[in-house]
Amino acid sequence: MTNIKMTVNGKSVSGEVPDETLLSEFLRENLRLTGTHVGCDTSQCGACVVHVNGKALKACTTLAASLEGAEVTTIEGLANGGELHPMQQAFNDNHGLQCGFCTPGMIMTSVDMVNRYKAEGKELTEEAIRDELEGNICRCTGYHNIVKSVEDAAAKM
Amino acid sequence: MYSFDIERPTTLEDAVEALKDEEAQALAGGQTLIPTLKQRLAAPERLISLTSIPELKGVSAKDGWITIGAATTHAEVAKSVSAYPALAALAGQIGDPAVRNRGTIGGTLANNDPAACYSAAALASGAVIQTNTREIAAADYFLGMFETALEEGEIIIQVRFPIPEVASYQKFAQPASRFALVGVFVAKFADGVRVAVTGAAEEGVFRWSEAEAALDSSLAPESIDALEADDDGLIADIHGTAAYRAHLIKVLARRAISAMS
Repeated sequence: MTNIKMTVNGKSVSGEVPDETLLSEFLRENLRLTGTHVGCDTSQCGACVVHVNGKALKACTTLAASLEGAEVTTIEGLANGGELHPMQQAFNDNHGLQCGFCTPGMIMTSVDMVNRYKAEGKELTEEAIRDELEGNICRCTGYHNIVKSVEDAAAKM
Repeated sequence: MYSFDIERPTTLEDAVEALKDEEAQALAGGQTLIPTLKQRLAAPERLISLTSIPELKGVSAKDGWITIGAATTHAEVAKSVSAYPALAALAGQIGDPAVRNRGTIGGTLANNDPAACYSAAALASGAVIQTNTREIAAADYFLGMFETALEEGEIIIQVRFPIPEVASYQKFAQPASRFALVGVFVAKFADGVRVAVTGAAEEGVFRWSEAEAALDSSLAPESIDALEADDDGLIADIHGTAAYRAHLIKVLARRAISAMS
């Protein structure tokens, strides 16, 4: 067992968990932050993507005990009070979801993508968005509107 | 997963000591090891996380060589190895963005997946793998599928790549896993051309010496037109036959050479 301490969505959290606890399990089962979805549990689908120390990663393929002291942001931490993050608003405005299961991961990946391209001064083309979404799978195959959502949000972020 | 304990040493000495335990297994970014543990294909009693050790991190360039710390992520290599563009481009095509933010060069080399991209870069570049006890030339390092020259408990500290005059890596991604169905790395140095092939062979990465000899005379795609890659020992599975992979080797080698000229 390990006593894990980290910051999740700006709040200090801790929990006594077995060493083999995945970050996705810690978030969902200990902290009850069930917005981080577990789709495939095999690193393929990206529904569990969260940000750790500012970088997107797959929470189902990260051990919670290896993230002592980390700053984690989940889908629950994006909105500013009642005001949606521009990426969340864009998914809403552009019908960027159908069943919604992949949406938390899509949004977390897309926020990381836009931040990274802006920081590096690179142009985020439609082709680049599609390439960057390689690790996020939408079983409803709603990719066209997801790409439109990311383009829309990128212009506002 | 079976249960295990995790240790997070912050110095190399502590990590070396911890790995002397027969039941201990090194953990880098975990992008291969964690899925392996989930499938219960491995059951170490103790994982020694190597990502909190400062000596294993960072990228530097000096005297025609790039040095990359073993715990450096693929995303960092893609972003910061500007002196060796083909290597940076290779790192930027591994897995997906989230995997690249976590997976490390040391982890992939220690695992030696037969379809890993970095193995081709290391072999074609003539890289040097420095561990806590010695330096291993890439030519002596890869011993077969998931087999390397690393001893029990030996830790990769950094990997040094000589920077070639020009190089290119071309990968045909297996569409589900994004691993290389076949990947070909071609690098031209003052003393000759090296061609390394990953993804294709049962025994992992290998050099295509006939192509190297042909390209030493002339670095042009036509130089290998008369050659055929041998399909003996190549992987045959639901994604492609051995003959198909042999065909891809030549196609990708031609693409790499075209990209270099």
